[in-house]
Amino acid sequence: MPPKPRPAWPDRIYDVFVRERVRQVVYVPDAGHSRLIGRCQGDPHMKSVVLTTEEEGIGVLAGAWLGGERGALLMQSSGVGNCINMLSLATVCRFPLLMLVTMRGEWGEFNPWQIPMGQGTPPILEEAGVLIYHLTAADAAEETVEAAARIAFNGDRAAAVLISQRVIGAKSFK
Amino acid sequence: MRKPIKQAAASLERRAVMRALVAERGDDLLVVPGLGSTTYDLAAAGDHPLNFYLWGAMGAAAMIGLGLALAQPKKRVLVATGDGEMLMGLGGLATIAVQRPRNLAIAVIDNERYAETGLQHTHTAHGVDLTGIAAAAGFESAQTIRSERELAAAVELLRHAPGPIFATIKVRPDRPPFVLPEKDGVELKNRFRRALLGAA
Repeated sequence: MPPKPRPAWPDRIYDVFVRERVRQVVYVPDAGHSRLIGRCQGDPHMKSVVLTTEEEGIGVLAGAWLGGERGALLMQSSGVGNCINMLSLATVCRFPLLMLVTMRGEWGEFNPWQIPMGQGTPPILEEAGVLIYHLTAADAAEETVEAAARIAFNGDRAAAVLISQRVIGAKSFK
Repeated sequence: MRKPIKQAAASLERRAVMRALVAERGDDLLVVPGLGSTTYDLAAAGDHPLNFYLWGAMGAAAMIGLGLALAQPKKRVLVATGDGEMLMGLGGLATIAVQRPRNLAIAVIDNERYAETGLQHTHTAHGVDLTGIAAAAGFESAQTIRSERELAAAVELLRHAPGPIFATIKVRPDRPPFVLPEKDGVELKNRFRRALLGAA
């Protein structure tokens, strides 16, 4: 069997990061984001910061903005739950906060433990004051992330792109 | 449960410690306190646009310091927070140690109490050693300070030595009068950026 072609949508997101002058990319490692993380790690203009828990990233990016740099926080939907109180830092101070969330527990999920945060992610983020953008098709990745980045950086808001399991592919346990 | 342990009584006074940490500062020092007492201590030491006071976001002070240090490698970034605030973000010490920012220092002003909520013991009163945790994570330097003489040497390291630097500074569990700085987060953010970057 020929190898599966590598998906291009993470590369389109990386292109948006370059155009939008993203300098700090902070993340908890995630399979869905692995290609994007790899691209960012390979970019000498970007600092990659691996976190122990997602909420750390909200603090790091607040500091980045205070210091004149833009950033992005990459996480899985389970990580959204770790961020709830810390989101108040972004919303109270109106820090730009661009979050890209790979969804679990949402479309064809195998692991029942992922379902509570997968289903809870959109309403919880909205309640916390975060603007949300649903990405359900790979060919919309670039325009969706660009839209979220612009409103975050120009509008001083927290904005999350929720990347569906339809785009990533549900994790196989075979 | 492990009982509070008998430790040498701290003699240092928290407001004097904060004054020493930021003494004779110029525009090359960026300071992030934690919510609660260290925010009041920093305000009492003298307001400055390059102070980013926190009134919430418990556990984030060191992480804000990290993002700032990475963005501004030519400036010194000092996080001056409390033991309770640091305990809520211990994983951040590992994150900082991995990044190894040369310009970041963390001073924990440790009264072994949650002063804001009624002086209940924190983990450090039970012997948890924040300095040991920072050292094990891989900080360039980590030490516990108990005297005026040690403090003077530690301030020099915190302000100038290649980081990441960590110091636990044991202080008496006093509650000095509130000195309340600006609370509006947007104002604090914008004035910091104006002072650091010019027109925001």
